[in-house]
Amino acid sequence: MDDIKEKIVGILQDVTGLDDAGQDADQDLFKDGVLDSMATVEVLVTLQDTFGIQVPVSEFDRSQWSTVNKIAQQVQELE
Amino acid sequence: MNNITPYSSPHYFIYLLILLLPIIIGLWFGKRFRIYDMFASIVVLITAFFGGNMSQGISLICYIIFEMLIVFIYLSYRKKHNGFWVFTTFVILAIIPLVFVKLDPLIKNPTISLFAFMGISYLTFKSVEIIMEIRDGVIKEIKPYEFMRFLLFFPTITSGPIDRFRRFQKDVVNVPSREEYVELLHSGVNKLMQGLLYKFIIGYFFGTLLLPKIQILTLSYRGQTPLGLSWALVAYMYVYSMYLFFDFAGYSLFAVAISNFMGVKTPMNFRAPFKSKNIKDFWNRWHITLSFWFRDFIYMRLMFTVIKHKWLKNRVTIANVGYLTLFLIMGFWHGETWYYIVYGLFHAGAMITNDAWLRFKKKHRKSIPSNKFTQAFAIFLTFNVVCFSFMIFSGILDKLWF
Repeated sequence: MDDIKEKIVGILQDVTGLDDAGQDADQDLFKDGVLDSMATVEVLVTLQDTFGIQVPVSEFDRSQWSTVNKIAQQVQELE
Repeated sequence: MNNITPYSSPHYFIYLLILLLPIIIGLWFGKRFRIYDMFASIVVLITAFFGGNMSQGISLICYIIFEMLIVFIYLSYRKKHNGFWVFTTFVILAIIPLVFVKLDPLIKNPTISLFAFMGISYLTFKSVEIIMEIRDGVIKEIKPYEFMRFLLFFPTITSGPIDRFRRFQKDVVNVPSREEYVELLHSGVNKLMQGLLYKFIIGYFFGTLLLPKIQILTLSYRGQTPLGLSWALVAYMYVYSMYLFFDFAGYSLFAVAISNFMGVKTPMNFRAPFKSKNIKDFWNRWHITLSFWFRDFIYMRLMFTVIKHKWLKNRVTIANVGYLTLFLIMGFWHGETWYYIVYGLFHAGAMITNDAWLRFKKKHRKSIPSNKFTQAFAIFLTFNVVCFSFMIFSGILDKLWF
């Protein structure tokens, strides 16, 4: 799980270009403006490639993907 | 007798609340009366669509049958296969009635808009959502009466807010607990009162009392000054913007309030849009259910496809192409006239400029001040950009120039 989280934080930092993105694993990424729609899609596509999972865009419910912890949980379930 | 547009007069609410009373009493005691729910829906739909000449009502029935066929044929196909082109074909089929209705004024051929009725756009958004979610496999089963109940949910039928099937379904199969329902009633009454204030007092003041006078004044400059420009046009811009917001936000509040009385938490359409700090923020606060629909079913899907297939490399280009596509579609959806299209392009341009500014700000974070004054300026600037776009949208320039 920690391994997954580390990779997710790396992806977030790559996509947003922010060094502190996802440092707090419970930070609300949408509310705090870390992720906009475009960045969200980039993160999803990278997650697909990194973890070999399929994320249907309509399954993508913002409230369930809003923090690093939640993303990690979703990835684990989809893996 | 004429067709009665829902929420168009204060009287409407008295009749509506009498009709809703058994539903409210039922929910208070933890029961949903399915037969009565259906009866109430039919009564409202008949008054709205069959009151005057029957053509709207007949169109509605034809439309529902057509969309049902599309959705259920696709559902049975999707259980065995998942072809991209079949999916695309079904989405196109689902929007064809709406396309015909929108093209109608352009080619002046009244026969092709067989499906014209009030609210066809909103029902089409719902149908397309269902087809897309069937494709994604998140809607696996849907019964014909569930489909009809979702599409024909009368509080929102003519102008939204646009709910989502799975969210709606959760509400209608559940009966809220007494505590939850008391809260829903409370919020419903508040929204109803706020809606009455917005639509029948503030909206009436701007739209019915002020707007026609200012319009006459604005148009009196036609041919008198370069491009007919005048201070009256500036006044028109603000008055029209106020009217547009209070009228539509008031209507949306009614739709949410009546849904709440029926135990359904229809999402809100507006969240203090004139307090937006930038144009992106604005689209998260203005006609929210529509902009989120466009975001989820057009923008994100388009971005997803473009990035996955690596059609374009540069992320700025990808985002900008996305904005242009999205807002052009939104422009065409509003209607096939030049000022709706320009309105779309204007907003695409505003989004692109805003993104560029945000990138610049990120790089020069230390040298750009941020304080109460700059925040107030951001809100002021966004407000004026938005009002300017509504002035384009209003079509006043068309009357002034052509």
